[in-house]
Formats: sequence, structure tokens, C-alpha cells
Amino acid sequence: MATIALGLPATISLTRDHVRRGRRVKNQVATIGVVSVFTLALLPLVSVLWTVLTRGLARFDGEFFTNSMRGVLGEGGGAIHAITGTALITGATVIMSVPIGLLTAIYLVEYGKGPFARAVTFLVDVMTGIPSIVAGLFAYAVFSMILGPGVRSGVAGAIALTLLMTPVVIRSCEEMLRLVPQDLREASYALGVSKHRTIRKIVLPTAMSGIVSGVMIGIARVVGETAPLLLVAGFTDSMNTNLFSDRMSTLPVFIYSQWANKGVNAAAYDNRAWTAALVLIAFVLSLNLLSRLVARVFSPKVSR
Amino acid sequence: MKIRLIMGAAVIAALTLAGCAANEKQETPDTQEQAPEQAPEQAPEQAPEQAPEPESPQAIAGSLAAGGASAQGAAMDAWRAGFQSVFPDVTIDYDPAGSGPGRENFAAGGFAFAGTDSAFALEDVAAGEFAACAAGTGIVEVPVYISPIAVGFNLPGIETLNLDAVTIAKIFRAEIETWDDPAIADQNPDVGLPSLDITPVHRSDKSGTTGNFTDYLAKTAPEVWTDGKVEEWPTDLKGEAAEKTSGVHETIVNAEGTIGYLDASQATGMGAAAIKVGDTFVTHSPEAAAAAVALSPIEDGRGPNDVVVALDRNLTDPSTYPLLLVSYIAACESYADPAQGSLVAAFLAHVVSQEGQAAAAAQAGSAPITGTALEPKAQAAVATIH
Amino acid sequence: MTILLADPAPTRAESAEPPADPPQAPAPPQAPEHPDHPDHAPAGRSLLAGTASWDRVADKAAKATSTAAGAIILVALAAVGVFLLAQGWPALRAGPDELPAKAESFWTLAGPLAFGSLWAATLALLIATPIAVGAALFITLYAPRKIRGLLAAAIDLLAAIPSVVYGLWGLMVFAPLVAKFYKPLSEHLGWIPLFAGKPSATGRTILTAALVLAVMILPIIASVSREVFRQTPPLEIEASLALGATRWEMIRMAVFPHARSGIVSGAMLGLGRALGETMAIAMVLSPTPFLMTFRLLESQNPNTVAAFVAQNFPEAHGTGVNALIGLGLILFVITFAVNWAARRVVAPKPT
Repeated sequence: MATIALGLPATISLTRDHVRRGRRVKNQVATIGVVSVFTLALLPLVSVLWTVLTRGLARFDGEFFTNSMRGVLGEGGGAIHAITGTALITGATVIMSVPIGLLTAIYLVEYGKGPFARAVTFLVDVMTGIPSIVAGLFAYAVFSMILGPGVRSGVAGAIALTLLMTPVVIRSCEEMLRLVPQDLREASYALGVSKHRTIRKIVLPTAMSGIVSGVMIGIARVVGETAPLLLVAGFTDSMNTNLFSDRMSTLPVFIYSQWANKGVNAAAYDNRAWTAALVLIAFVLSLNLLSRLVARVFSPKVSR
Repeated sequence: MKIRLIMGAAVIAALTLAGCAANEKQETPDTQEQAPEQAPEQAPEQAPEQAPEPESPQAIAGSLAAGGASAQGAAMDAWRAGFQSVFPDVTIDYDPAGSGPGRENFAAGGFAFAGTDSAFALEDVAAGEFAACAAGTGIVEVPVYISPIAVGFNLPGIETLNLDAVTIAKIFRAEIETWDDPAIADQNPDVGLPSLDITPVHRSDKSGTTGNFTDYLAKTAPEVWTDGKVEEWPTDLKGEAAEKTSGVHETIVNAEGTIGYLDASQATGMGAAAIKVGDTFVTHSPEAAAAAVALSPIEDGRGPNDVVVALDRNLTDPSTYPLLLVSYIAACESYADPAQGSLVAAFLAHVVSQEGQAAAAAQAGSAPITGTALEPKAQAAVATIH
Repeated sequence: MTILLADPAPTRAESAEPPADPPQAPAPPQAPEHPDHPDHAPAGRSLLAGTASWDRVADKAAKATSTAAGAIILVALAAVGVFLLAQGWPALRAGPDELPAKAESFWTLAGPLAFGSLWAATLALLIATPIAVGAALFITLYAPRKIRGLLAAAIDLLAAIPSVVYGLWGLMVFAPLVAKFYKPLSEHLGWIPLFAGKPSATGRTILTAALVLAVMILPIIASVSREVFRQTPPLEIEASLALGATRWEMIRMAVFPHARSGIVSGAMLGLGRALGETMAIAMVLSPTPFLMTFRLLESQNPNTVAAFVAQNFPEAHGTGVNALIGLGLILFVITFAVNWAARRVVAPKPT
């Protein structure tokens, strides 16, 4: 409020030529400040990407994408088992979190009223803030209670990730559904179409591109999670395609385990870790791009 | 650029969907016969290609879940690689969960055998509750490798320093705070020591390396190191803490004036202390560590198949390096499940064989038990497993 | 980075009207203007098919299903609390022999860790918020319109880097770099209690960890801030510019008053993320158990709950695991409280 009180009398002079020197200087200082702060924010990005690129390209080869670490000593080997594990666990996460997330979003947008809806909204907010390690501990607590201590499996990892991904899906789907113009719904109701058909045939198709890109952002959010998977999915050096038994390697955990458990030829382990980091970042990046592409190409031109 | 990325993603997706790794055997029935030929071809150079057992490769199949000391991970990789290249139908998973959980899971029957940096306590062995073992039978414990622990430091231009145990203990207790302290300088008259602050680095996680390092200090400098043998670093001591051996390594190589203890195989890119043994200073080497083990007695009161070394940290023979760690594998004498028993027996026979030991030495930088008094004892103990 | 150039400003959020454009008439958000999208015309005809009674059942079913999905959220969160409590409970009575780090009791373990989490997260927040808000201002109000999407994507990219990669980077690149500044910092500012003590030679201090955390939460705060800046009523921006305000005055008078609650909620979101960040801290920080100190530059630092759990979980067994799960519960409660507080801050102001 003080700003406005100070600012208003000054504006009586009407033209910028009369702007007092002090104000101009302040404005310039602010501009310089904002620009330099933005540059500062980009420095770590450049540094991280540079580090990952320069160290990760060393092993960015065919062997890395076709071999696992089974029987590999020192040099060579690859991360196909970890890539597969990431794909499977992320896939299972999507299968669990997208229906729940989408339906909850539909509930909140189309049906939700009253205290229950408010509670759900609040809890979704809380869920967004669940630390990933807590999600991991939760999955561990559940599975160790049922199957005994020390159990590790891909599906436990997927449960932990579902806890993290669902709120992201809800949030973005909710946003997309709310963007569907009310007119469309009302036009449909006016034609005597029931609510569920309106949702299925009008609302969802209209919002579909946004939902798809929202899901992709959700995937990007969980695919780099390390701590919960380290706790409950563990790591192995062999291919495991069974989500329901035994340890399953994933890319982030692969990075960590390569770094943490080195053999004599430490450089080979470091190189694999950095290459896996490069692959993971490239994957998340392409998911982000793809989601933008989906949003742009397939979006019906409604929301403008 | 974008197209290439998408294509790359597609390739990855395709490979992923195929669900196979080029270096692993396909799970189709007709590869059963080819598998043995396929495996050595794909095996990396260092992998030993001999059969650890006279039986034909097809004779052994199945899978084992084991786990324990994370420090054994690298050596275990070598043993598993060697074993699995000969017996492609065998899968052995080793979970580097840590010594404690390894022992606990083994006792509970979750692991077929456990790797551990410290053997089962005598009373645990006597109590004899081991779920995987046949009722009324005991356990087998064998040393599987010897690993010298290096005291590594980062001082520009200095490769080695003479440090006696008292000095090391004082450094790690932050009682000596600069590198040009007379206590260090007196032992190193020919070295130009900088007047740099000392930053001692220890492990932030619980580890057998910390246990053996503190055991060494407690036995060789008891008046200075008063905390005894501990696997978790005493909380009241100043210094830098780092996660795992890799964290200690990174911390030391990235900052001058640091000193830390770590598995000798990982102590690259830094100087290493020569510790005082008797009247001379000895640098770490697998041979010197093996010599120290050879001069240490076998622990009393254990059965013939419970081969545990009572390490003598106060050796005076200048050919020995008593700052070391002996890693063990604990298994059942007799398994409740005979198939599991024969698998464990075959695998452990490979582990303590000359070839297995050589492979571990190449991969993990450890000292083999080959040629020490432990070798025949370990092999005899393993031979009883069924 | 060149990949990004190919694809500027694509998402819905990105394409929403930016406010700093005086001549354009302000469109109310979500202006509906599409009664006859081609996709819907054929659909509309088939919609009339289907019997009314079946429709009514299906309607009920649809409502029930989506409500059930909402209920699952409730149940899931309750389950998190219940399972963590059930599995963490035995640790409350455990003694030094069973607890990690030989703690006297669960609380002597949990207290300093909770302090460490809050302290590191608060530091990270103090560092990240101004930078994130500045970056968001630059993107929405300063940068040329054409590259806004690109710049926003660049900042968002910070969020795409997995925390274990930040850990590697922090340990190998960042900590050795900042360590060079810590010695002069402590020499000149050592009289301030925060910078007192012997500076770490390796740079693996709580300040470094907080800086890494700040980098990680920066994109979260920035994207929320960007969103709220963009929603500034264009009329107010135009009015203040028309009255001769400089750009900075316009920002202070028109943009900030509307954005305050949004920035706070973005910061709280960032705080929540910082509290739970695990691997980066575990790898970068040099922790000392049971330590509570505000000093920023020493080798001895308080540890955080999340990092402690990750470091001790692999070696934990028996009651030790229960203790770690109990610590997870404490972290859960803290983040719950933070979220609740953020909601209280933001809620009173309807936007």
C-alpha cells in the first residue's frame, strides 16, 4: 500500500520524461537485478548438463543399451536391465495412478461439492507434498507387514511411485477439465444428454490432449525418483521382468549403485553412472517435449 | 535433433519391450544346449573360464538369494560372473544389504548364505537357530578375502607419509590439527609438510571398514583411541563424514588436507600412509595384508568348519600390514533343501578355489587367501557343505 | 538445449495471455467461445441414443466411481499414516542397543534430525525464493515474448534432473567449487555466529547442501510464481503504466499485491520438496549425528531425516527399521503441517 501512496502523486506528471531520476535508477537497478538473477538460476543448469554430457558420452554406445550388468566386471556392461525396470515400474505406476487420478479429477470438477470434496482437494495438496522417501517407507511398511521383512519387488516400487504420481495427475487433469468451457456441457445437457455421457463424449475428448500431457509430466516427475526405489525395489545386475518377485533395477538406482559399489576399475563404474544419468535426463526431457507437442498438435482449439 | 531423440526413444522402447539383455541367456527352451557356448563368448576378459567343479555344466541349475556385506559386492561380482559363465542356468543374487542384515536374513532363512565383515558371535553360533539349515546342524564360516585398509590423504606432491598408530589416532580425534605438527614432522624428516589444516574424513554409514579401522587403533594406540571397536563413527569426534567408500574417496580427492580410511582398492588418486609395524613403516599391499593374516591365529572355541581369524593388530614383522579386514561367508553345514545345499557347496567351492580367489583379487583388489594357512582350512570347511 | 529452440511456448499454460500487453483488451480467463467444434457435431447426434433408465443407472455408477476414486485418495493417505504409525511404534520404546546410531531414545534421534531437515529446507527456501521470483519476473515481464516459452522450459529443466544426479554433481563439482569461498567467508564474516567455526575444506557443509536444494526447488517456486504473475489483471498493469509508472513500479504496485499469496504457496510447495529431498543431501552433506547447530561452514553438520533414513536403511534390521519408519512418520507430519500452514496462508484470499 505504501508503494501506491508514493507512486500515485508522482504519476501526476504524466510523461516518462518527468520521471524522477531516483525512480529511473531504481527501475534500472531492478532490471539488472532481475536479469542477473535469471542468469544465476541458469548457471547450475548449464553446469549440471555440461557435467553429465561430458562424462556421460563416454559410454553412450550400443553395448550400454543392449547389455545388462550380469557377469560384467570392470569395463563394458550396460543398463538395459535398469531401463527395462524403469519402464516396467513406471508403466505399472501409470496403470495405477492414471485411472485413480483421472477419476478423482472428474469427481472434483464434475461432481465435487461440500465438505468431502474440500477434504479431497486438501488431501491432494498434502499428497503432492509427501516426501518421496516417506512414500518408499510406506510401501516398505505395507509389503513387509504382508510378506515379511526384507522383501523387495518392482511392484512395491510402483506403489511408492503411485503415491507420488497420482496427485500430479489429479492436479493437471483437474486443470484441464476446468478449461473445458461450461457452454459445451450445457449444450449437451440441453440436448437431453445424461451427465456421464456428457463427461465421456464431450468433456474428456475435449480435454484429452491436456490430460495426456499431464500424465507425461507426472511420469517425468517420478521416473527420476531414487530413494523410494532404493528402499523397496533394490537393485540387481540381471534382467528381471517380473514385477511381483525379486529385485528390479531402475535407472536412478543404477546410477546410485554404480557410484556407491565400485570395483577396482572405478572409472568404468563412474562412466556407467554418468551415462545412465544422461539417458535419464534425455528421457525426461523428451517426455516434457512430447507432452508439449501433444498439447499443441492434438489440442482442439478450445481454450483460447 | 528432435526426430533423432524420438527415434532414440523408440529404439530404447523397442529394446525394452523385447525384455532381453544381449549378455544374458534367452529364456527360450531351445537355448538350453547352446547356452554354455554362448556364455564364455560374451563373458568379459577378466572372467575366469574354468569350471570350478568337475560336473558337467548342465548338472547345476537353480537360483540362490544371498546377501550381506556391501564391501563384498565387487568380489562377489567376480565370483558370480565366473560361476554363472560356467553354469548359465544358475542365478545367484547377492544383495549388498550390509553385514548385519546379511547375518540376520541368513539366520531367518531369507538368504542361502551371508557375506559378512565380521563373523557370527560365538554365542550365536552355539545357539544355532538357522532356518535354512537342516535341524541340528551347525554353520560353516570361511574367510573369502583379505582387504587391506588404506589411510589415504590429499597433500599436493606427497605420495606417502610415515604415521604410527598413535599419530593416526590423534589425527582422527582432531588432537593433531595441522599437517606440519611436530608429531607428523618428526616421523617424516624428509618431507616438506605444508602448514595446512587437517580434515579427517570418516564414514557416515555403519561399516565394517570403520569397525576394523577402529579395532586397529584401539589395539595399537589404546591410550589415545578410547572408543574401542565401533562400526559407527563416534559422534563426538570432529571431522568430515562421507557416504560409503565412494563418498570418502571423492571427498579426499577433491580437497587438499584431507585424510581418511578406505578400502585400499579404492584409494586411487591420493597419497597413502605407511603405518608403523614394529620399528619400520609399511605401506599397504595385498601381500603384506595376507602375511598379517597368516601370522594371526585362528579364533579359539569354534568348530573345525567355523574358520574365523583372530587378527593380531600388534604384529612386528615388517612384511605385514595389520590394518586390514577379513571378509567371511557364512553358510549351513547341511541344508534343509538338498538342492540348495549342492548349489551353495558348488558356488562356495568356486569362491575359495584358486581361480575364484584370483578373479576376486583382480576385480576387487583384495588379497586372496590362496597360499595362506586359511586356504586348506576354508576348502575343507566348504567341502563339508551339503 | 537446441532441442528446446524447436518448440517454444507450447503448453496451455504457456499460451495463456501474458499480461504485459497494454493495447489488447483483457479477456476474462476461460472465455468460452466454442459451441460448435467440428468434433462434437457428430457426437451430439449419437448422444441422444440410449434409453433413459439405463442412462440414469449409468449416471449413478459414474458418480459413484469417481467419488470412490476421491475416497481412495483419502484412504491412501490414511493408510500412509496408519502403516507408518503401526510400523514405527515399536521404536518409541526402543533403547540404545536397537536404535540406529546408538541413540538414547527415539526422540533424541528424531529431534536433531527434524531440526536438520527444517534448517536445511529453510535455508534453501531463503536462497531459492528471491531467485525464483526474479527469474519468473524476467520470464513473464522482461524477456521478449517470443523466447518466454523457451526460457520457462529452461528453468523447468532444472526440475527434470534426478536428485541422484544432483548428488553426484554436488559432491564432485559444486562442493569443491564453493569450498574455495568458505575460507574467506569465515575469515571476514566469522564474527557472525552463522559463519563461525573452522570452515570445511571440502565444502560439504549444510550451506552447500542448502544451495543444492535451492537449485532443486527453484523451478517449483518459479513455475508457480510465473503462473500467478501471468494472472495479474491486465487492466491494473495498463493503468499503472498509463499513469507513468516505471516497469519496476508497475511490478510493485500491480503485480506483487496479487501475487503474494501465490508466491507463498509456491514457496511452501518448495519447502515441502526440500524437506523430503534425500539422495542429494545424503551424498553431499557431511553429517554428525545428534548435532544441532546453526553454523553453516563447519565440517560437522546436522543431518536431515530423509538423508539419515536413506543412509541407515540398508544396514538397519529389527527395531532399527521401525525407528527409520518412525522417522518417516515424523517427516510426513512435518510436511503435512507445512502444507496445512500454506493453505491457511493462501486460503483467505479468494482469487
